[in-house]
Amino acid sequence: MDADPSGTRQEPSRAIQLRGLGRDYGDRPALDGLDLDLAEGRSLAVLGPNGSGKSTLLRILAALLRPTRGEVRVLGCDLPRNSWKLRGQIGYLGHEPLLYRDLSGRENLELQAKLYGVPPADASERIEHDLELLEMGRRADRRVSEYSAGMRQRIAICRAVLHRPGLLLLDEPDSNLDPAGRELAAQLIGPATGLTRVLVSHEPERARAESDLVLSLNHGGRIEALV
Amino acid sequence: MTPTRVAFAAILGKDLRTELRTMRSLPAMVLFAVTTFIIFRYGLDRTTLSGSLAGGVLWTTLLFAAILGINRIFVSEQEEGGFDSIRLAPIDRTALYLAKAAVLFIYLCVLELIVVPTFAVFFLQDWAGLVPMLLILVGVNLGFSVLGTLISSMAVNSRARDLLVPLLLLPLVVPLMIAATSASAPLLDAAGPSYDRFGTWLLVLGLYDGVFCLVGYAVFEFLLED
Repeated sequence: MDADPSGTRQEPSRAIQLRGLGRDYGDRPALDGLDLDLAEGRSLAVLGPNGSGKSTLLRILAALLRPTRGEVRVLGCDLPRNSWKLRGQIGYLGHEPLLYRDLSGRENLELQAKLYGVPPADASERIEHDLELLEMGRRADRRVSEYSAGMRQRIAICRAVLHRPGLLLLDEPDSNLDPAGRELAAQLIGPATGLTRVLVSHEPERARAESDLVLSLNHGGRIEALV
Repeated sequence: MTPTRVAFAAILGKDLRTELRTMRSLPAMVLFAVTTFIIFRYGLDRTTLSGSLAGGVLWTTLLFAAILGINRIFVSEQEEGGFDSIRLAPIDRTALYLAKAAVLFIYLCVLELIVVPTFAVFFLQDWAGLVPMLLILVGVNLGFSVLGTLISSMAVNSRARDLLVPLLLLPLVVPLMIAATSASAPLLDAAGPSYDRFGTWLLVLGLYDGVFCLVGYAVFEFLLED
């Protein structure tokens, strides 16, 4: 029996719980029969070939996509029923940087801070700190449309963590970053942050080194290995 | 949750700032309307218009100019991931609807600030009816804004967006256009403005705006679901 009928915060030590998760696109299953537990503060790496459902899994965990079947609980919120309670607690970095091209990097971050209700004083402090950390401070007032892909990714990383989320969902966060950029980005989204992380990657060695748990998906979105 | 007024102001500010920088919507709307007046002037071979013909020319032109803006109102959200940003943020999603409707309302007001005097120069002998016309313009702008935002949000994810918006919008704005032309025809009479059933038609406009404002507010949240 659930002690809390609202379905929130029943098992706070588990950041993610999946039971029989499945998602279909038409007749084709993108994910099928996923069972998983991830404790708070741990990192999960998701590996697999193209089309194995890695990004779909991330979008379901971010409440951007509804599962077709199964149970999903993220940070104590049952999805999709209580997805509204999860908003603002997730740092999501997908394939798209989610930045407006005609605004500057700084303006994008200021907009993000307003939408997430970050107090203005905290917001400007965090924005300056994160931009400096990723060596984007001097270039933050240029329009995003003028940035290289790597610079866009750096701003996108700042955007994902600006509201100081409890859970990071990272879809190939190193894409477009040079080695120096990767090192800098690790300070905000790497394992040393101590945040719960789900990391989709195409670099098995690096992902294994940075994660407590590795989930390998095969075509059809079924679990190949969970170690 | 972030207060809705904060999210509303943030999205509204972002859109207005972007439009001021890029000028992607408003100049096209104005140019379209002015060009259409020129076509009407030479197509009808008339230097003055009066009554329902004047109202018909004005509202038809404004409607099609508005469609240009309506088509583009969610483009940045669709192309730059703004929908995902909004869905991840701890805000009431209707803040996006209200902000976009407000942006469209402002676009239409700016459009009319330029286009209605142009219309008067091209076609009207007596400008006295333009003052009470302001009430009709506000009512119509509100209707275009709430309905246009709703339709645009439904069509934006379709590859046939440019086709879908007019196809869905035009049948639904027929009552709005009937009320607008009926209310404005006596005001644009060559003999001078009269106020025949002016209040009744304003009431119809108000009811129309109220209904679609409520419909948009009620259903917009569901339109953002995957």
